[in-house]
Amino acid sequence: MKDKITMALAGNPNAGKTTLFNQLTGARQHVGNYPGITVDYKEGRFVHTGREISLTDLPGTYSLTAYSVEELVARDYLVNAKPQVVINIVDASNLERNLYLTCQFLELGVPMIIALNMIDVAKDRGIAVKADRLAALLGIPVVPIIARTGQGKDRLIDEAVAVAAEKWNLQPLDISYGDDLDETIINLVAEIEGEGFLTDTYPPRYTAIKYLENDDQIMARGREINPTAAEKIEALVSQVSVHLVKTMDVFPEAIIADHRYGFIKSIIRQGVLTHKFDTDRLYASDRIDKIVTNRLLGPVIMLAILFAVYTFTFSWSELPVSWLGSLISWFDEVIAGHLPDGLFKSMITSGIIHGVGGVLGFVPLIMFMFFAIAILEDSGYLARVAFMMDRIFRIFGLHGSSVMPFIISGGIAGGCAVPGVLATRTLRSPKERLATLLTVPFMNCGAKLPVLALLIGAFFTENKAQYMFFFTVLSWAVALLSAKFFRSTVLRGESTPFVMELPPYRFPTLQGLLIHTWERTWQYIKKAGSVILGISILIWAMMTFPGLSPNRIAAFDQQRQVVSTGFPADIVSETEEKRTAAPEQAAHMAETLSIIDGNQAEEALRNSAAGRLGMALESISRYAGFDWRTNIALIGGFAAKEVIVSTLGTAYSMGKVDTKKSASLGQRLQQDPHWNKGVAVAALLFIMFYSPCFITIICIAREASWRWALFSMTFNTAFAFILAIVFYQVARLSGLG
Amino acid sequence: METISLRKMKKGQSGLIAVVKSSGELGRRIREMGMIPGAEITVLGRAPLNDPVAVRVMDGTLTLRNNEADYILVHI
Repeated sequence: MKDKITMALAGNPNAGKTTLFNQLTGARQHVGNYPGITVDYKEGRFVHTGREISLTDLPGTYSLTAYSVEELVARDYLVNAKPQVVINIVDASNLERNLYLTCQFLELGVPMIIALNMIDVAKDRGIAVKADRLAALLGIPVVPIIARTGQGKDRLIDEAVAVAAEKWNLQPLDISYGDDLDETIINLVAEIEGEGFLTDTYPPRYTAIKYLENDDQIMARGREINPTAAEKIEALVSQVSVHLVKTMDVFPEAIIADHRYGFIKSIIRQGVLTHKFDTDRLYASDRIDKIVTNRLLGPVIMLAILFAVYTFTFSWSELPVSWLGSLISWFDEVIAGHLPDGLFKSMITSGIIHGVGGVLGFVPLIMFMFFAIAILEDSGYLARVAFMMDRIFRIFGLHGSSVMPFIISGGIAGGCAVPGVLATRTLRSPKERLATLLTVPFMNCGAKLPVLALLIGAFFTENKAQYMFFFTVLSWAVALLSAKFFRSTVLRGESTPFVMELPPYRFPTLQGLLIHTWERTWQYIKKAGSVILGISILIWAMMTFPGLSPNRIAAFDQQRQVVSTGFPADIVSETEEKRTAAPEQAAHMAETLSIIDGNQAEEALRNSAAGRLGMALESISRYAGFDWRTNIALIGGFAAKEVIVSTLGTAYSMGKVDTKKSASLGQRLQQDPHWNKGVAVAALLFIMFYSPCFITIICIAREASWRWALFSMTFNTAFAFILAIVFYQVARLSGLG
Repeated sequence: METISLRKMKKGQSGLIAVVKSSGELGRRIREMGMIPGAEITVLGRAPLNDPVAVRVMDGTLTLRNNEADYILVHI
């Protein structure tokens, strides 16, 4: 068995890196997390002509400075993990800029091969790239590929394996940076080589250039390892910097960037790149954008697309959701039929099946939503949305890139805040990122939808769709205004630069879509197996224990006895067998008995730990119109919003609340004296805006800090409560309730 | 041949970048995306609210806000 080969994949964002990675590794990839840093790494395996290859997908970057986590992660991986070969994926239709990163790899001296991707797109644009010419000039292999179709990938890996096997002693690239800097570099290199300064990690010239670029990470390392040498080097650097600022009004960094591009230009002018058409010719993407980002049509098209996503998600997922709902109900009945009555059965059905079933039942909806989002993302349209929305979002202290996290968290309707919070990683400014992160939980995620459906369906039956729309708009308004509030007070700070690439429109690959959709859906499902399962059991326990005292149980049993003796014996036995298919008298008896059961269940609930907690909170919650039963459901919602409907059902002694067929719970609420339109809206407002669920809190804690996670819990709950109180009181006093 | 700020350029106008007057993170970002002195730049269009602006540089399409475009002076 030949040795395993380690390869790394690196390149610009939008150059097709992920597509190539998926092509090579297929399903055999896993996403991990660098400890302590909010950047994922993707690692996959595949076999090529009998050799096992491990491929690490490095974050997409435009450069290798020390100014973003992605760049640091990529650079550290290259110098520490030392992969045997780096595959640098380069977009042929955008060659010049892509080669900027390539230059830096070459200066770092890593064993490299260029995968020249998107040659088909280049050809369409009349751009011809001579791969062998480029290879000759750069001194490394260049293999043309089309990652979408997989064309060229075999040859690519063949050559990559060859590079890995040669174990060259690579000569890092030498680019001239102009007289002043070149002279300084020679002096710096002399000093660095003399002291053996960081020479085990970086080539000496590379270190020199990094110092001239003011690279924080390397400078910090330098001071740590050899303070005297570091000081001397820094002095040399500052000398030339001062000189350059005085004479040419530029910093060394700018000169270095300019010369890199100068080097690139000289390369591509030597017969590498030819343009067949005029360079100001409009590409297909540009023509599409003329319409899509047009002043009038742009917003209209955007709203149309968002509406289409909304309709698609809801209508297509309706069938699978009801199937799953029926499946869960059937499962529930089977279990109920087979287990003896008692605590264990109650825990399994009321606790686990209803709690977890509520989450799983909605997976199809979430999955369709994520699929739609993946289409918008992979096609490039979402970048246009960020482009059009940036000006508006900036008013609220946010960024065009904040749109994605909002939509993922349920901005259209349904989603999940967990992938939403993770999606904020694209925001560079920490303050903007925090503001987005803290406000995405206000969106109507998939867990809140059943509650919205239940309450709107029960109290506003005539105008359901309008009210749903209204509450969606409200969630956006609250989110944006809170963001503005945060950004003006606790999160004041600078904005992320909006300098972004607008990638050409692309037809997404099905494989890419499915992988993207599954990644986010799986995050949602994991919730069910972990938190919700535990919480469902806990809530069940709190609602069951302590049970009624033996005296009270006896009293209810006696009531039932009294009823039974009032009916002839055969009716009694028939009732005991099948309570549903019985003649009128038996039905009447069944009804009477079930009322007694209901009363007993209610009293038991009042007596339980959850009930007592609910009762205790009633003294303040009543200002918002919430009675003790509602309180219990809301407390459960702290852990996971999905359990609110099932807990409410149990609290209203329905026992079995199928979240899809919550009409009967809805009817029960309609008839309940405590409930009216005012209470319903107050409850909705509270549920929409109070503390994020447990898992989101943990996610916020990981992405930001526990301080902010706790802030999110308390601020949101306080805000939601005040809002609910205000609304309820106004409704009550004006007689609307 | 005059030199104007990128913000003042009209849709469809082209020119060569004269100087990038920004430093720090923004300057770095602008430069690494290819907007360096001597590069050809064309304004493709602006967002519905006139901000940000989309430009063609080195075969790619980039977007930047007006207050960022202020730092880029172009010979037209």
